[in-house]
Order: sequence, then structure tokens, then C-alpha cells
Amino acid sequence: MSGHRREGFVLATATGIVGITFGVLADAAGLTPPQVIVMSALVFTGASQLAAVSVVASGGSEGAAVGSALLLAARNALYGPVVARLLPASWLPKAASAQFVIDETTAMATIQDNDADAADAFWWTAIWLWTLWNAGSILGVWLGAVIGEPEVWGLDAAFPAAFVALLAPHLRHQPGRVAAFGGAALAVVATPIAPAGVPLLVAVFAVVPGWVVSTRGATEAAT
Amino acid sequence: MSWTSIVVLVVGAYGCKAFGVLGFGKITDGTAARFEPFTALIPAALFAALIAVQTMAGDETLVVDARFAGVAAGAVAVWRRAPFIVVIFVAMIVTAAVRWQTWL
Repeated sequence: MSGHRREGFVLATATGIVGITFGVLADAAGLTPPQVIVMSALVFTGASQLAAVSVVASGGSEGAAVGSALLLAARNALYGPVVARLLPASWLPKAASAQFVIDETTAMATIQDNDADAADAFWWTAIWLWTLWNAGSILGVWLGAVIGEPEVWGLDAAFPAAFVALLAPHLRHQPGRVAAFGGAALAVVATPIAPAGVPLLVAVFAVVPGWVVSTRGATEAAT
Repeated sequence: MSWTSIVVLVVGAYGCKAFGVLGFGKITDGTAARFEPFTALIPAALFAALIAVQTMAGDETLVVDARFAGVAAGAVAVWRRAPFIVVIFVAMIVTAAVRWQTWL
């Protein structure tokens, strides 16, 4: 297996473990096994699913659960322009591919050196991720009581740590560093004052200072 | 949860993804290349935000707890060029260890 395929599998395994967490929490929140299966197969965006079942479990309304889940799902729209050129050109296959445009697939695609590897990384990650996310969810429903509190195993650190590794290649250039620092800062500032999901949307504005830095760099290089 | 809520979630989540992939091309209509300098920086901004939020998310506010130690240890592993799987395990082990310490 080439490097990016193996890394895609590792990332999918880590996400599959988070999927177990989702299954445990969804079961505890009273979702039926068919509901859990449909959600993981078709909603297929982890943070949103976890948010929805957490709101229900803590006694929130279904409207609040759906609202916060969709706010978290909205960031996937921002990944579309990033990966669109890697997806099939004709309309129907492109529309079907959109289902797989999420954090993990975008991350694996954008750290490759060329478009061929990027498309390959996108699809291998998508396939492993979809398979293991669903397997993890079902396993979680099954094992629910056995696992108990997923936090004991440090599972909640697996996802952010994986993304530290996936962010690192974006920090090799100054515009990337500026965008990353700005994005984190905006998200941190927005978190106490905005509902979950919104801080991630606000963070996208950090591309502007990143872009300013890149044009300045280009001007200097030209002169 | 009701099936209605789940169907709304399915349609809404897919709608967000499809809007990004199909809608963006429609809006920029052939000038997508002009937006390339911006779109190329979206992953850096969003992944950094995602890390910050997921590492420190508490009820309504940010908290520094065992996760922070774990993700910091993971970052050191990344900096030391550790393999991907090692990064993830280091973060989980450190988080679990710090939590276990504070529960004793």
C-alpha cells in the first residue's frame, strides 16, 4: 500500500473508534439500531452526529439537536471548492461524490503533492472511512454497556491529534501559518459567544490575512 | 429521535456538502481559478479551528483539561516526525493517563 493509502486507513481506523463512541452515545440517547445505521451511512459527518445525540441525551429538543448538527455540517460546504476539481466532472457522479466531502477526506487530499495522488487519497480515505465509521457505530450500539465512558480511554483526543498531523503540511508556508493561526484564534474567540458550529464557519475568514501575506510574498519575489 | 428529525439531518447534511461541490462552481462560473488563492488556505484555517475547538470544547465555553495535554503530546510527536498512528496513540495514552491521575 502506498503511503497516503496507509495513512488514509490509519485515519479511518481512528475515526472508526470515534464511531464506537457515537454508537454508545446514540444508544444511550434512545436511538434505535436502524436509526443509528441510517444516520452513520447517510448523514456521514461525525461531529454533527455526535452533537445531535448529545443534545437529545442532555434533554434538549429535537429541533435544537437538528439545528446544532446542521450548523456543524455547514463547514463541509467550505470543503467543496477545495476538492471539487479532484471529483468526477459529469454532474451525477460529482453529486454522488459530494457525500464524501468531509474533514478527513479533504485533509488527506490536500496534503498530497499532485492531483493524481490527491484524488487517490480522497477516494481511499472515503472508502475506508465510510466502512469503518459505520462498523464502529454498529459496534458501539452493541457494546454500549461494556465500554462505559469512552473518555476513560482518551478517545476524545484521537481526532484533534490526528488533525494536528494533517495540519502540519499546511504550516510549511507562511500564508498557511497565518491562516491556521487566524482560524484557531477566531474559533477560540467565537466559541463562548456563538452556538457550536458557528466558530468553525467564522474561522474561514482567516484565509484573508493568509492571502494578503501570500500576495506580499509574491510581490517581493517579483521585485 | 424521530425519523423526521433524522431525515431532515440526512437531507441537510448532504445539502451542505453538495452546495460546496456543485454550487460553488455555479457561482464562480468559470472564474474558479481566481478564488484558488483563497480556497487553498481554507484547510489550514478550518483544521486549526477544528483542533482548537475539539481540544478545548466544554459546555458552552473552552476548557483546558486532559485532552489538551494529550493533543500537545501528539503535536510534539508530529514535530518529531513520528508516524501517524504513533501520534494518535501518544495523544490517547497521555490523555487517559492525565485523567487517571486526576481521578485518583
